[in-house]
Amino acid sequence: MEEVPHDCPGVSSAQAGRGASCQGCPNQGICASGAGAAPDPAIEEIKERMKTVKHKILVLSGKGGVGKSTFSAHLAHGLAEDENTQVALLDIDICGPSIPKIMGLEGEQVHQSGSGWSPVFLEDNLGVMSVGFLLSSPDDAVIWRGPKKNGMIKQFLRDVDWGEVDYLIVDTPPGTSDEHLSAVQYLAAAHIDGAVIITTPQEVSLQDVRKEISFCHKVKLPIIGVVENMSSFTCPKCQKESQIFPPTTGGAEVMCQDLKVPLLGKVPLDPRIGKSCDKGESFFAEVPDSPATLAYRSIIQRIQESCSLRQPKGENLVGS
Amino acid sequence: MEAAAEPGNLAGVRHIILVLSGKGGVGKSTISTELALALRHAGKKGKAVHQCDSGWVPVFVDQEQSISLMSVGFLLEKPDEAVVWRGPKKNALIKQFVSDVAWGQLDYLVVDTPPGTSDEHMAVVDALRPYSPLGALVVTTPQAVSVGDVRRELTFCKKVGLRVIGVVENMSGFVCPHCAECTNIFSRGGGEELARHAGVPFLGSVPLDPELTRSLEEGRDFIQGFPESPAFPALSCIAQKILNEAPVGLC
Repeated sequence: MEEVPHDCPGVSSAQAGRGASCQGCPNQGICASGAGAAPDPAIEEIKERMKTVKHKILVLSGKGGVGKSTFSAHLAHGLAEDENTQVALLDIDICGPSIPKIMGLEGEQVHQSGSGWSPVFLEDNLGVMSVGFLLSSPDDAVIWRGPKKNGMIKQFLRDVDWGEVDYLIVDTPPGTSDEHLSAVQYLAAAHIDGAVIITTPQEVSLQDVRKEISFCHKVKLPIIGVVENMSSFTCPKCQKESQIFPPTTGGAEVMCQDLKVPLLGKVPLDPRIGKSCDKGESFFAEVPDSPATLAYRSIIQRIQESCSLRQPKGENLVGS
Repeated sequence: MEAAAEPGNLAGVRHIILVLSGKGGVGKSTISTELALALRHAGKKGKAVHQCDSGWVPVFVDQEQSISLMSVGFLLEKPDEAVVWRGPKKNALIKQFVSDVAWGQLDYLVVDTPPGTSDEHMAVVDALRPYSPLGALVVTTPQAVSVGDVRRELTFCKKVGLRVIGVVENMSGFVCPHCAECTNIFSRGGGEELARHAGVPFLGSVPLDPELTRSLEEGRDFIQGFPESPAFPALSCIAQKILNEAPVGLC
């Protein structure tokens, strides 16, 4: 009976291709030859690109469908409300790129300039990039294995001319795999401020999110905090509260206490959020007084405070 | 190819259903579980499964051994352990799940997948191809953001030659337990429209029911425990359509 493969030692480690867990891995030959050991030149190139980007935030979740893209989009909208703040939103969900639709930019194309790819600008101070802009039809499937997805992410980080940016928000797919490893590895030299982790209250989500928190610890990615989304639902007719995704084990609050990570806030379920996303509009503009809007704004403020506590980009910082 | 070398392990499986979605969090795992329970309740007698020494033994959910389960979750030392693997390693494990698990005689094998159209999906379709899978059940929620991703999944199915049994629309409306008002929290209509656009059957809509989530987390059998739930008729209907597609015959 074959043993379960243990963690890959890492393509650049001394054990690459030689470890016991390498047996049977299709990349074993490449790793053993030492080809993977040389540092990827892209990492330095990305570090150069990122010199003009002050703060980098990854939006993660182990679990799918908790609201990462919704949150990323609205974090971008919220930060960009101050016209003096330059915001960039990068969507690295290669198979399911939702950001173009949520930002109302479906059908837009990416243009090349002398200094690299131009992001699609929603506002003068809000630029967006996603694989969605490179697909010609909404039915096109991106059926790529890990290495090709990694290549795309490398290009997004290295070749997009973001310009002077205060906040780069990176929206990710669910999980702890290629996309997440690549984002962290390629940005290694450029200093990521941290990760915002999204969850919903029920244990099925939290179980995956705990793994995501483990992942962050493993790759030494600081955690800015956790957001509990879809916390509760207020019936528009009778105004009574229901918990559609019951926090059977105490929700994000208990998890955050157990794992000693900050809880940034809880966002209630508001059907108008989904509708705004479907229409590609900012929820803040649609329903400025909703409890969900207030919750978002408070969370965004906490994120800004957390970023300003970290050293502002300017000097060459050793990666986290 | 490993599959040809080990005809035994999946040879006793009559029908294979892949549960897919381009989108995360739409309820693939929930629907997979409820489908397995509903198929079991439809009266398919559990056949005895051999406890082999020459393969991994799946975990049995119940005493009658009518539902068995295999997942990487069982192989982790701690539940919070992150599986930080790149594509090739995930592919290798999926091949092992297909060829090295002693499934024995099964009426249905339901395969729950992660969101996307990447390594895991290609690996499982390749590994299962020799066994002529029955087809794919594609799950979406009603809103356009979901449908936007799930259309790509349907393209994937077409490209790899995987027959789509139909589309299931999950989280279709929430009935307030206090006043019975139905609110379309995640919009409405997307699933049916998607099925029409892609020319595949629409199998039904499953409404939101917090009791469903609760029963899943507590490991209870929702189909048995909550026949009054609004989700129950929808789930039973979907299971029935699958049974009609792939009758198991006299057993």
